Amino acid sequence: MANAPDAQQPFRFLSSLNLTLLTNLRARDLAELVQHLHSVSGSVIYHHTHHFLVRHQYLSPEPPNDFAYWISEVLQEDRLGEQVAAIDLMQFRTIRALRERLLAVIETYLEGCRQLRVAPEGEEFHFQESVSFVVPTGREASGLAQFLSCMELIGFGSLAFHFFDARLHLERGHNDFSEWLDSTLGERDLARAISQIDPYTHTMEGLRQEVMRLVRARLEGRAS
Amino acid sequence: MSLRDYEEFVGSGTIYELQLLGERLAGKRIVNVNSTAVGGGVAEILNRLVPLVGELGVDMRWEVIKGGEEFFGLTKRMHNALQGGSEVFTPHDWLVYEETTRRNLEELDLDAHVVFVHDPQPAGLVTSRREGSRWVWRCHIDLSAPQQDAWRPLSEYVSRYDAAVFSAPQFSRGLEIPQVMIAPSIDPLSDKNRELAPAEIDHLLEGLAIPRDKPIVTQVSRFDRLKDPVGVIAAFRLARAYNDCRLVLAGGGAADDPEGAEVVRAVREAAGDDPDIHVLELPPTANLEINALQRASTVILQKSLKEGFGLTVSEALWKAKPVIAGAVGGIPLQITHRYSGILTHTVEGTAFWLRQLLNAPDYARHLGENGREHVRTNFLLTRHLRDYLLLFLFLDHPEERIVYLDG
Repeated sequence: MANAPDAQQPFRFLSSLNLTLLTNLRARDLAELVQHLHSVSGSVIYHHTHHFLVRHQYLSPEPPNDFAYWISEVLQEDRLGEQVAAIDLMQFRTIRALRERLLAVIETYLEGCRQLRVAPEGEEFHFQESVSFVVPTGREASGLAQFLSCMELIGFGSLAFHFFDARLHLERGHNDFSEWLDSTLGERDLARAISQIDPYTHTMEGLRQEVMRLVRARLEGRAS
Repeated sequence: MSLRDYEEFVGSGTIYELQLLGERLAGKRIVNVNSTAVGGGVAEILNRLVPLVGELGVDMRWEVIKGGEEFFGLTKRMHNALQGGSEVFTPHDWLVYEETTRRNLEELDLDAHVVFVHDPQPAGLVTSRREGSRWVWRCHIDLSAPQQDAWRPLSEYVSRYDAAVFSAPQFSRGLEIPQVMIAPSIDPLSDKNRELAPAEIDHLLEGLAIPRDKPIVTQVSRFDRLKDPVGVIAAFRLARAYNDCRLVLAGGGAADDPEGAEVVRAVREAAGDDPDIHVLELPPTANLEINALQRASTVILQKSLKEGFGLTVSEALWKAKPVIAGAVGGIPLQITHRYSGILTHTVEGTAFWLRQLLNAPDYARHLGENGREHVRTNFLLTRHLRDYLLLFLFLDHPEERIVYLDG
């Protein structure tokens, strides 16, 4: 591959900071969970499938998403909990599609379920949503080497914004890094390699290291 | 304390984010209102947060309402009833509340962009809110099952606010106004949480007459039936059949609290003359002693049957200790079962996990380390400060779910 040109349009690293809102909706069993999953806003679905990634950014393996955790640990429905935990979030480009998949898995399970288990008092599922405040980090990169330096310094809120919010919350369908590397620097292979990382099975630090490894390898390749 | 003092715990990125949010709030005037300047958790947190917000360039003040004995007697009963207790209220009570509110409105300076009112005592001040200002009610108590005689009149005031803030989802009510969840926090620089040198821990344990000859299992909480101290002793005895260890039950003294004194008696009776069980009644100032006890412990318990937020769990996790706690109140927000601690529901379950953790020190250490990181991310003062700043910004964007603060 030819050496990539320096960018005309720098990559501005943003970060998201989240405030949690309560919705007044709660579920005591799977039927109520399904009922609310049909009607809650996309921000609610996004919150319960993503906020744990930032809350538990240091853990590997990470606990599953909120729905799966509640189904397994509170309702003790291990089989369904496993199925909901295993939903591959990378396959969805819209929250609507993710919602439909969640509903399909739970409703299929309910068809064969004779009796609903009820959460103990005080352990109901409380639907919440995030308000994401997007802020500049003050860092920007015009080329690959600078991108690598910034990547080393940005916080997890920035990684989360460009990987998770951009792809699914803002429904851009891809992470911001790959988009910029491809469209502005012409680094198509590197962009593809980064978009193939499954960010949901890495800690935030692990994710940073993986992106840096790929960028570093590309820089070394260009130098040789 | 300065914001820079927190950098070693949360990193420079977090401090930078706070500064950035502070810049977005520059020029805003915010006033807190509560009912006491000293004592109690609200005053403690405001004493720490208000100067830090000021350091960020945001004009934040703090006003305290005044009231007579009758008013504070009433608000204490309201407090009990709102948390599920049984109290009787008369029409005269609400006249006292309204009259005290009216007198405070004459004296307090509430000229601000945001009026941040803490707990039920000053909630009525909203009746004279000025156009253009935003009012937020911060509820620090558990409203999950309030007595309606107390909640109904209070809810009429709360419905006139722009937003309400609760510490945990289950503490909230079905309000029509936006409800925000902001968990409380611990201060890593306070005496209760700061690092202690090994010699300091030894010295403090010696002062408490706690030998260090075997693993120590500790529960720190006031002597209250809902903290189940007798259940803790039962769980300890089941576990000790296989693991030689020592139990410390440490809590506030019960001299002025007849109910607490009764619980202490029951605990001492359950402990009998067992030399491995230590019941410590500590003064409210014993923060360093509690810190040392937690740091000297092998496992920490919080076997509550009902709980508010239960911040003692975060205090223990911050010391990287494995914690076994009841799955009640705000505890499940602090512990993800089998990842950052253990959640139990029974004496037998607590004993089972106590044995597991005493016999599997690597797993126990792993839980403790995860717990510390969980607290670092979610329950330190800086996160609390960040959430308050975001809340103030949210008041200008109540309908938006993605807000760009880009210059």
